Amino acid sequence: MTVRDIVSTLEGVLLTGEELLDTDIKAACGADLMSDVMAFVKEGVVLLTGLLNPQAIRTADMMDIKVIVFVRGKKPPKDMVQEAQDNGIALIATKYSMFLACGRLYEAGLRSGGTRDIQ
Amino acid sequence: MKLHYEVPGDDLSLAGRASTEVKRALGRLGIDPVEIKRVAVAMYEAEINMVIHAGGGTAEADISPERVTVVLADHGPGIADLDLAMQEGYSTAPESVREMGFGAGMGLPNIKRNADDLHIDTALGLGTTVTIVIKLKTG
Repeated sequence: MTVRDIVSTLEGVLLTGEELLDTDIKAACGADLMSDVMAFVKEGVVLLTGLLNPQAIRTADMMDIKVIVFVRGKKPPKDMVQEAQDNGIALIATKYSMFLACGRLYEAGLRSGGTRDIQ
Repeated sequence: MKLHYEVPGDDLSLAGRASTEVKRALGRLGIDPVEIKRVAVAMYEAEINMVIHAGGGTAEADISPERVTVVLADHGPGIADLDLAMQEGYSTAPESVREMGFGAGMGLPNIKRNADDLHIDTALGLGTTVTIVIKLKTG
């Protein structure tokens, strides 16, 4: 699935990252806790989050995550969009909740996400 | 190569800048992306911890062909029970930190998972020094 497919599946708005529209995305991670993102995430991931602060961008940057979807109609402020742009990260806003956004992507064929044994 | 940063302790939204710069420096040196990610995550978590719990401090990254050594030192309250702090899910961070996406008790475990060597020197009322070593295969 490409970033372009994610935008259309989520009826989203691309806020920055035109150049990443054809990037291939293999898996998804939905989380508001950034340490969880850093504990679980592998390669080629889209991050879905309701966390609207710069740490979402920084966490994505650390993990080489190229796409972030902000769920529940949240739209990041200009300085966050700028930071994402500077770091080559695409941002998408969607009206869907976390549950519906994840469900729509799953249904559209994005099935990988990884598991972790109960500790 | 040695990089030195002051980490300001008053604004969590700025935390992570030192880690970002170290990540960029490692990238410019052509180090393996998987190893860079290990350094970046471990250092970033430690930097966040220092801002949340200790009012900031200093971060130093020493890059050699064999390894990256990151030392983060603060003059915060110290860690009362290190074994407990190393457990996933244990956190003393306030609610305001959770609203920023951290404080869920995954920081130290994440550092440990990514580090080849982790040494935490802490004293109550004096501060904490975290030393993270990541070995480089390319070295």
